[in-house]
Amino acid sequence: MTARASSRGRGAALRCTLPLALTLAAGPARGENLVTSLSTTQIAITSTYSGVDVALFGVIEKDLATPARQAPYDVVVTVRGPRATTLVREKQRLGFVYVNRRQRRFVDLPIYLAVVSTRPVDEIASRQARLAYGLGLEAELTPPGVDAARDAANARFREALRRLNGENGLFVEKSTARFVSPNVFRATFPLPATTPVGRYQVEATVLSGGTFVARSSTRFHVVKTGFEQAVVDLAHNQPLVYGLAAAALSLLFGWTATVVFRRD
Amino acid sequence: MEIYLPIADMPVNVFLLLAMGAAVGFISAMFGISGGFLMTPLLIFLGIPAAIAVASQTSQIAASSMTGVLGYARRGALDLKLGAVLTLGGAVGTVAGVAFFNAMRRLGQLELVIVVSYVVLFGFIGTLMLVESLRALWSARRGVARRRRRGGEHPWYVGLPLRMRFYRSKLYASVIPFLAVAFLIGFAGAVLGVGGGFIMVPTLLYLFRIPATVVVGTSLFQILCTMLGATVLHAVTNQLVDVVLALILVVGGVFGAQFGARAGQRLGGETFRLLLALLVLAVGVRFALELVVQPHEPFSIMRVGPER
Repeated sequence: MTARASSRGRGAALRCTLPLALTLAAGPARGENLVTSLSTTQIAITSTYSGVDVALFGVIEKDLATPARQAPYDVVVTVRGPRATTLVREKQRLGFVYVNRRQRRFVDLPIYLAVVSTRPVDEIASRQARLAYGLGLEAELTPPGVDAARDAANARFREALRRLNGENGLFVEKSTARFVSPNVFRATFPLPATTPVGRYQVEATVLSGGTFVARSSTRFHVVKTGFEQAVVDLAHNQPLVYGLAAAALSLLFGWTATVVFRRD
Repeated sequence: MEIYLPIADMPVNVFLLLAMGAAVGFISAMFGISGGFLMTPLLIFLGIPAAIAVASQTSQIAASSMTGVLGYARRGALDLKLGAVLTLGGAVGTVAGVAFFNAMRRLGQLELVIVVSYVVLFGFIGTLMLVESLRALWSARRGVARRRRRGGEHPWYVGLPLRMRFYRSKLYASVIPFLAVAFLIGFAGAVLGVGGGFIMVPTLLYLFRIPATVVVGTSLFQILCTMLGATVLHAVTNQLVDVVLALILVVGGVFGAQFGARAGQRLGGETFRLLLALLVLAVGVRFALELVVQPHEPFSIMRVGPER
């Protein structure tokens, strides 16, 4: 088989395997079926919360009819947190002072994004396949249908966003997912202390030799509980009561301190 | 020990916050200033969003000033009447300042306006105060007695209409200049997110020649009233007051304020002015550096719009 023929074959496989895999997952299994489970489905933020590790376990189910794969399995787990619009600004010299001059708006971007894979994603699949299946941070941040020339100006901002969010733990890309047995894998992703509350979607994709095999999606929630939730509820539902209470507490604490520390 | 802040959505070290509260509370009570211009940068440095830092520290400032006010009132170093006049002018100025602030934000580049205002205001006032202090110290060293204010000798603005008698301040003066100054301070305070004590104190000292001990207590009283109102306004309009953050800062702040108030009473008038001048000037220089030094990281991230 020539290199050209094989690359064409892979392209064709890419286009047809996704619907095929979905049909098969629903019907009697001939291809692989992916079953995943999270270590937790609800993360409660309490007064001592300072970040947590969440693990995803996956089993690749096969039966006798499933054809054997040439290449070993690769897994890419993508976690997408609640979405918001993010502004990236750049300071530039104007005269002799530095001011924010240029900015780019990233609309509806997950605040938390984690990609945990068995190998670096650019070794697992081609760029085309990564963009098609949304694998890796680059694919996640690249808007679909934008031509490369126009997009070049945005690349700096995308890179800065990736770097800054990487530093504060909101963007994670690492290849620490492991197969604990030939068909069972585990991927752990860290939620930082500043992670937002809301719904997190976890998507696991199995590939083999750069070809799509199966995909499974699950979700978990990050919620505030008890005192934390009560504070937020009061602040939003009864803002006047909340404000007056805060003001009253200030007066009380200020007065208490005077009494406690009174020496003369 | 880490504790999770429910509104700021992040954990912080309790002891670090307590120490910061105590340090700022000490300086605040010593000079009769709110200390907002010191606390805001510290909180932002910890990673707390600027808007939440500004909103939450209003209630912290209120608690610190409450302690300070009670302390000065007990020593008779508080002119309640003057404080009430200043609060009235300040309240009107604050409302106007908030409106101006929102208008500027819609036009963009608000951050630049704030930094430049900090540099100009702090640099200008700090320099004025420093020059005045150094001249006073210089003449004191050469043994030249400086002229004290004599009875019946006033600048022109004291003689405007609507004169009132302020016993504690040893003054019979028009309320118009006080209202005007308080308005301007309330305005600048709302735009810059500071209490404005650092303008109020030197103004009362230099323009109205009110005794230093009365100035601090009265300024704190005005700050207390303004910040109580600001706490409620922030809570109602933007829901950004983090009561847990505020309470930790309060506990540290009232502790520091106790010692600050005593230290302030012990300071000599000239030393007091010199230290305050240096403090204000240092903040001005800090913001100037931020403006002209090439930033280490030119990019910054800001989350806008609702999360979903």
